[in-house]
Amino acid sequence: MTKWDYDGPILEIDKLSISFFTRLREIPAVMDFSVTVQPGEAMGLVGESGCGKSTVALGVMQDLGVNGRIVGGSIKFKGRDLGEMSAEELRHIRGSEIAMIYQEPMASLNPAMKIGKQLMEVPMIHEGISAKDAWDRALEVVTDVRLPDPKRMLNSYPHQLSGGQQQRIVIAMALMSKPSLLILDEPTTALDVTVEAAVVELVKELGKKYGTSMLFISHNLGLILETCDRLCVMYSGEAVERGSIEDVFDEMQHPYTQALFRSIPLPGADKNARPLVAIPGNFPLPHERPPGCNFGPRCDYFEAGRCDAGDIQMFPVPGNDRHATRCLKFQEIDWNAPMARAVSAEAAEIGRTVLKVDKLKKYYEVAANALFSGHRKVVKANEELSFEAREGETLAIVGESGCGKSTFAKVLMGLETATGGTITLDNSSIEQIPIEKRDTGTVSSVQMVFQNPFDTLNPSMTVGRQIIRALEIFRFGNSEAERRARMLELLDLVKLPRAFAERMPRQLSGGQKQRVGIARAFAGGARIVVADEPVSALDVSVQAAVTDLLMEIQREEKTTLLFISHDLSIVRYLSDRVLVMYLGHVVEMGTTDQVFSPPYHPYTEALLSAVPIADTSVAKKHIVLDGDIPSAMNPPPGCPFQTRCRWKSEVPGNLCETEVPPIRDLGDGHQVKCHLADDLLARMEPVITLAAE
Amino acid sequence: MGLFILRRIVIMILTALCLTFIVFVLTNLQPNLEKLAKTQGNVRMTDEQVATWLEMNGYTDPMLSRYGQWLGLLPGWTREDAEGNVTGRCISRDVPADVAPERCGVLQGDWGWSTVLRDEVSAIIGTRLGLTGILMFWVMLLMVPMALIMGVLAGMREGSRLDRSLSTVSIASTATPEYVSGVILIAVFASSAVGLKWFKGTATSAMDGITFENFTLPVVTIALYGMGYIARMTRASMTEVMTAQYIRTARLKGVSFPNIVLKHALRNALIAPFTVIMLQIPWLLNGVVIVETLFNYKGFGWTLVQAASNNDIELLLGCSVVAVVVVLVTQLISDVGYIFLNPRIRIS
Repeated sequence: MTKWDYDGPILEIDKLSISFFTRLREIPAVMDFSVTVQPGEAMGLVGESGCGKSTVALGVMQDLGVNGRIVGGSIKFKGRDLGEMSAEELRHIRGSEIAMIYQEPMASLNPAMKIGKQLMEVPMIHEGISAKDAWDRALEVVTDVRLPDPKRMLNSYPHQLSGGQQQRIVIAMALMSKPSLLILDEPTTALDVTVEAAVVELVKELGKKYGTSMLFISHNLGLILETCDRLCVMYSGEAVERGSIEDVFDEMQHPYTQALFRSIPLPGADKNARPLVAIPGNFPLPHERPPGCNFGPRCDYFEAGRCDAGDIQMFPVPGNDRHATRCLKFQEIDWNAPMARAVSAEAAEIGRTVLKVDKLKKYYEVAANALFSGHRKVVKANEELSFEAREGETLAIVGESGCGKSTFAKVLMGLETATGGTITLDNSSIEQIPIEKRDTGTVSSVQMVFQNPFDTLNPSMTVGRQIIRALEIFRFGNSEAERRARMLELLDLVKLPRAFAERMPRQLSGGQKQRVGIARAFAGGARIVVADEPVSALDVSVQAAVTDLLMEIQREEKTTLLFISHDLSIVRYLSDRVLVMYLGHVVEMGTTDQVFSPPYHPYTEALLSAVPIADTSVAKKHIVLDGDIPSAMNPPPGCPFQTRCRWKSEVPGNLCETEVPPIRDLGDGHQVKCHLADDLLARMEPVITLAAE
Repeated sequence: MGLFILRRIVIMILTALCLTFIVFVLTNLQPNLEKLAKTQGNVRMTDEQVATWLEMNGYTDPMLSRYGQWLGLLPGWTREDAEGNVTGRCISRDVPADVAPERCGVLQGDWGWSTVLRDEVSAIIGTRLGLTGILMFWVMLLMVPMALIMGVLAGMREGSRLDRSLSTVSIASTATPEYVSGVILIAVFASSAVGLKWFKGTATSAMDGITFENFTLPVVTIALYGMGYIARMTRASMTEVMTAQYIRTARLKGVSFPNIVLKHALRNALIAPFTVIMLQIPWLLNGVVIVETLFNYKGFGWTLVQAASNNDIELLLGCSVVAVVVVLVTQLISDVGYIFLNPRIRIS
């Protein structure tokens, strides 16, 4: 079967409904969903987890599994209904006409098959070309996705590549047969920001080069802004708003879209003066959707008797190009009304120094080979970490995976002991005391909120019991009744209903679980809380609520918060001071304003540029870092960042390659670890500029 | 890779030494020795006579020293009785004292003398192991491919009718012990009860020459029992692989279903059952006792039973050495094969 020519839209989804059938009931996953993708167009699909965006993608692929079925509407690809095609025809379309890029590159490559073979398979199946030609094609495409040493790549197994390289291979695989439509399902979620930026740029460029249409699925509005021409916002199985990027971002016509934008930290948001507005309530479960508007129960503009009367259609927004919204009241709502001032709060007072870290070092010794001891290598996870944290302060530690931020948290918590340097907590040094030997006071005053709330609660213990257990360990209270009372207070503190004490973790949503995690951390009156990516596993609308909760408790309890994150938007929003780490080194440290405005350390500059911002009025300088983060097993000599630094040529001689730069103070405690001359640093331009209003 | 195998072999030898020592100690416990003295000498020996007999036959040396002698690392014992006759471990009627070697043990190829079968242990084990080897070879040839095919077919579409029927068959076959399935098979295919006298109910003649008629039933009996187990393991591993994301990738790349199974899933699905299959070999070696007895096929399992029930210490020791070596060698092969199948594990 050859590819056929067709002038109309590449993909037309019309009133599509998809349901999953379980023994109990039919669960509608997608309802009345329509979207059209024109040739060469990139369409974004945004929504929170569970809203049905991935189901749409699998529906297009006609790969819904045993339980899923299309129950209404049609999906037309180049004018032909995919639902009416035979299995054989579908097999020809998959891979050659429609290709897909997946969320987890490691899992989507066959671990026991060489990459070359996996790539060559595509044209060999669809175009019947010889292995030799397929090999040449693979080599060409791998060069196109800018992988170093393409021949070696084709001869390796997936596990021998880094995450970014694997994702490039998946992209290469999708492009092998030059498809007309590319479906990208959260293609960069598992990657670091700087790698994400490079992958996104690559996808955009290749899309242009091959003239491919794209369906880009993401929960990240900023990423959609950078990659797509049009977008469709989904909520609970329905498209709620559809239009061009400019129309939807600047003239949104649906309350959910508006609420979504207000809950993400954009530049300008401030934790005290202009806090984020979280969307109240929870995402409805697929079989518990309300009548009428799905968003109704959480909507500020809800009107009983009208919004919940019956099914709501998409209404075209007059004046805009193909802009539609699923809201009855869109013409009545004043979209430009300033958002209701959420309670702005006084900035917490920053008190005396609680924690002092001085020249902290953590080296790991690993056997270079898993099976033979003998030859050992040293991994320098933390190099000379020095900072102070004061009472009531939020100190953010920023960096990509492998930069040593989690190692530091482990040393602080006592899960590891330090190799050198000191950590002083209230005049006693704790860096050499493992957690089993720490006294209860120290343990309860240094606590942690973990990244993944789904794994950190014991699945077979009620929520209340788990908090009481923590109180027991912290030796709080004299009787069970006292601890129970305190547990209920803690539930109040994290704004969970007291009835939740009797619930099992599986009955809670992600955000609620994270609240339990926070309650547990604060159970013993913690003075230092290490929050390791506390919201990154949560949905956007929940993130804001959890972040605000954390801030509020901090304000009340005067806790020192060490906020570990890779998400610079949220760091800018909530932290007082920021510490940027790269390969175990602190490359920049200062107040949030100092770090987010020039002069920057070159790495901070690149990091800032890599973060997608969901605001059309923001202009960003485009800096893409080449390559991957070097392995901590084998760090480059001299400055750790020299292999990817774009300013390296500005430093005379080979200083960058030979010497680790000294820590320089640029005034007011702003420290930078860089060889760049003062005048060059002073000439740096801001990465993010807000266009004049 | 070479270094890895070398290390594994060194560890293997150490393990073998430990295991054989344990067996040596257990078989050479005092009551066993007394029993031996009475069977070899006179049933009505007094306790003093037993003690003298043991003294004269070298059984009173310290345990470690006797183990060393048995291994052939230490010189064999020698005794001179009142009449000046020299007896010793390495001295026998055929080998007089003046020509006897200093050491004679497993390392020198002298495995000892079987008191029951009245022959050299090495010769007995050689023939019996050969007979069991032939049986095992045919069992593996039938069992492994069948089990893998069943497992793969059942696992490639989880919950399908094919899956459910094959799973039922494999569970039933594993749940039926050999002494049940063997008897049923004999009753159906070899007796006049059903009348299908297709095969012979005994494999005695197979020791001289294998025919389809005399060897089918023992092979099928063992294969049926082991097959269900491997098939279940393969099925579990296959269903897991079939739900993996890279299988979805392959499907959405347009690969046809047979090719998904053969090219993408099979190699990944075989990693786990491979170890199980290798573990089946030592199981076959020792577990065939029942079948060998049932079909009167005098192989290794039969020998082991004879040695154990007749307190034939040296034969028992010889059998256990073979069993230990077979277990260790198959595990080495399974580890090496595992590396070969799974590219994520690479040795230097």
